[in-house]
Amino acid sequence: MDNGTGIGARVKRKEDHRFLTGKGNYTDDINLPKQTYAYFVRSPHAHATINKIDTSAAKKMPGVVGVFTGEDVAATKLGGLICGWMIHSKDGSPMKAGPHPILALGKVRYVGDHVAVVIAETRDQAKAAAAAVDVDYGVLPHVVDVAEAMGHKAQIHDVAPDNRVFNWSIGDEAATDAAFKRAAHVTKVDLVNNRLIPNAMEPRAAIGYYDTGADHYTLYTTSQNPHVARLVISAFHGLAPEHKLRVIAPDVGGGFGSKIFIYAEEVVCVWASKFVGGRPVKWTGERSESFLADAHGRDHVTHAELATDAGGKIIGFKVHTKAAMGAYLSTFASCVPTYLYATLLSGQYNIPAIYAEVDAIYTNTAPVDAYRGAGRPEATYVVERIVETAARELKMDPAEFRRKNFVSSFPHQTPVIMCYDAGDYAAALDKALEIADVKGFASRKAASAAKGNFRGLGYSAYIEACGIAPSAAIGSLGAGVGLWESAEVRVNPVGTVEILTGSHSHGQGHETTFAQLVSDRLGVDINNVAIVHGDTDKVQFGMGTYGSRSGAVGMTAISKALDKVEAKAKRIAAAVMESSVDDIEFKNGTFTVKGTDKKMAFGEVALSAYVAHKFNSAEIEPGLKESAFHDPSNFVFPAGVHIAEVEIDGDTGVTSVVNYTAVDDFGNVINPMIVEGQVHGGITQGIGQALAEGCVYDKESGQLLTGSYMDYQMPRASDVPSYKLGFTCTPCPSNPLGMKGCGEAGAIASPAAVMNAVTDALGVVDVPMPATPHVVWQQLQHLKKAAE
Amino acid sequence: MPAISMTVNGQAVCGDVEGRTLLVEFIREKLGLTGTHVGCDTSQCGACVVLVNGKAVKSCTALAIAHDGAAVTTVEGLAQDGKMHPMQEAFRDNHGLQCGFCTPGMVIASIDMVNRLGKNLSEDTIRHELEGNICRCTGYHNIVAAVKAGAANM
Repeated sequence: MDNGTGIGARVKRKEDHRFLTGKGNYTDDINLPKQTYAYFVRSPHAHATINKIDTSAAKKMPGVVGVFTGEDVAATKLGGLICGWMIHSKDGSPMKAGPHPILALGKVRYVGDHVAVVIAETRDQAKAAAAAVDVDYGVLPHVVDVAEAMGHKAQIHDVAPDNRVFNWSIGDEAATDAAFKRAAHVTKVDLVNNRLIPNAMEPRAAIGYYDTGADHYTLYTTSQNPHVARLVISAFHGLAPEHKLRVIAPDVGGGFGSKIFIYAEEVVCVWASKFVGGRPVKWTGERSESFLADAHGRDHVTHAELATDAGGKIIGFKVHTKAAMGAYLSTFASCVPTYLYATLLSGQYNIPAIYAEVDAIYTNTAPVDAYRGAGRPEATYVVERIVETAARELKMDPAEFRRKNFVSSFPHQTPVIMCYDAGDYAAALDKALEIADVKGFASRKAASAAKGNFRGLGYSAYIEACGIAPSAAIGSLGAGVGLWESAEVRVNPVGTVEILTGSHSHGQGHETTFAQLVSDRLGVDINNVAIVHGDTDKVQFGMGTYGSRSGAVGMTAISKALDKVEAKAKRIAAAVMESSVDDIEFKNGTFTVKGTDKKMAFGEVALSAYVAHKFNSAEIEPGLKESAFHDPSNFVFPAGVHIAEVEIDGDTGVTSVVNYTAVDDFGNVINPMIVEGQVHGGITQGIGQALAEGCVYDKESGQLLTGSYMDYQMPRASDVPSYKLGFTCTPCPSNPLGMKGCGEAGAIASPAAVMNAVTDALGVVDVPMPATPHVVWQQLQHLKKAAE
Repeated sequence: MPAISMTVNGQAVCGDVEGRTLLVEFIREKLGLTGTHVGCDTSQCGACVVLVNGKAVKSCTALAIAHDGAAVTTVEGLAQDGKMHPMQEAFRDNHGLQCGFCTPGMVIASIDMVNRLGKNLSEDTIRHELEGNICRCTGYHNIVAAVKAGAANM
């Protein structure tokens, strides 16, 4: 459409007015009549048996309406939390999934593990009574460090005597070994990908409500995928069949993966309502609980080796990773360090032989699962750190070493499953070099040195696979679900349009971008399009929003439904205008009959569809509403080059990101303003990982030391610069809109770019993340000593 | 329980509170003004910032009873006659919000910044002055642009 609201336009967001005027509707903003409040008793120990729980004193506290433990849950036969992706070890054995009861049974396995719930008239009363629940623990040995957990004396689950969940591999080991045998040079790195705590600004919350009259449950929850929550709570927990459970995810204040998962607290709220007389049960997580009990991200320890030939071509890549799973397998935990990680180890490079092995290991910590990028940031970190290191060892320019090894023809089949469909990696590199003014770096470095500071430049040529995912392909790899998306287009008699989508917006701006697609296709004013999401009673089905899938998969489903609407509208227009459907043309919201002056506006055809006076309803059904399910035929492959420039204060070790350039190829873009915002946010999360954020459990006590914003450093406005963005475009061939995903790219690319810059500045091989002033200052002291 | 009264968004309000009731609880739960959010429990995130007698205050760290007689402005009180405040407009124009959860606190803290420091704010000043507000979505880039533009239009 030509009015500036179609595909490619920088349309201001439709959702902003309510958020800016305080009229958002987040879960904690909702209060139901006769509501009660839940508070959870959590384990103070990293690992302990539960000898006895005495709830008698708590039950007598003021306002208490119920106290429940794991035995109460078990008595109702409610199933435990599940992990929905089966991984087999290379010896063929299935992953060793220990039980994950909704409230602990017999044992606790991390600090913050959910032991009991107290439900009371007020939040304060529930909290006070929770302190009166007397739990007799028998403390057991624990292990919190993934590097030490395998074979540790702390045995976390009976099913996994050595704490190893699986030992998985991908690629051709023999071919890779052969490549290393003929290598001219081998580069080796040992890397730690630090554990992160997602920290969406809205803490998780839930209201569960059991309607005693209708025998029906409703759950309001902070979810990125309400239908998946309903499916799991119905099919696996067995709370109620799907037609007796409604899950509503209203406005959600950020997710970043952490709100994909089905957690104990939400299930407890909806379960417990039945046992407090059908009164609604509300729980709003405190930030401390987010730190303790939201699924964490990353936590890998990796050894990698890269083989190059005498000409500087990469010929082989070997990786071994220990991936922490935490104390239990969270909803999608097992696929993150496997199919979302090792399948991206080819990076943007033509590497003929790759072999990777992953040990997934239990630790006495919060579960680890997908966090913005999920596996792909970990892969990019390994690839881009070792490629940078290899270039330095070979005394080659890091940009030119990358260029020499780029994949340059498509489609390109990597040795680790993925088939890259389109890209132009050299174009992104060229653009990034220009925007970042790499030519001027040497003089900037000299100026820093004159002040006693250290300046470094770091590249990250990332690729990721998102738009997840082709259902049959992931099914063959162990996924328990399909990852298609659904959409419904309802055209009203007055020509306004409602889009019901299984995608869920929690900051991504779907109410705007999805409406842009409709405006573009149907010629309808963007203000006459409503996007409906987040309610299982309204939307037919959906797999939700994560893995940068709402554009490539969710919008393609809408596009397919729009195709059907257009096709039916043409038949109606043909009937009304007494012409052949083959002669009907549709453009800019108007149906015309080829070669005549006959025309009908889209709204007139919509009205005709519902009035149904002017066509044979035996041939054409009245109404104008169509739905579609879209299952993608491939992943999509956003890629780009990010360049970070840092300056390190020689006295204090404070690292400042002074320039940051991101050049990304997201294929066709619906709304550049929103895409840029996604990139900004992702980069900042990655800079946070590189320089500030690091989850720390105390080895001795197993306690979470970084349990608040006082101890876990979130990036703030003064910690990051304004960013310089550029874009290249190779349209994605596997969806009709030519779109790739943009939600995770920034977080995937930036840690490696920043750490390559930090190590470049200091002239060292590795600095651990987060490179806090303390860490960097220590490095500076080592350098000083070595120079003496 | 003691009764308190205050002016919130220009309206006289009153209610009974416990001694421990926080200002944010009074605003959200007694008055039903849910635009003010709670994002943490250590006074770090700034999602709860409101104006008290014209100055920015973290309402999660203030007792309601200590604000008897105060004039409070929440995000709901910024728009006048159906027209958004210039700072609200600037956040929309510059895509300074994504999930919207930190936004009310960001907007109010930004207005307070302009009230204290004037309309001509440098990027460094804006970034430094936002130290009490955390956003996880935007990476601050567009918030900084929004505050600069909003300040100029105030």
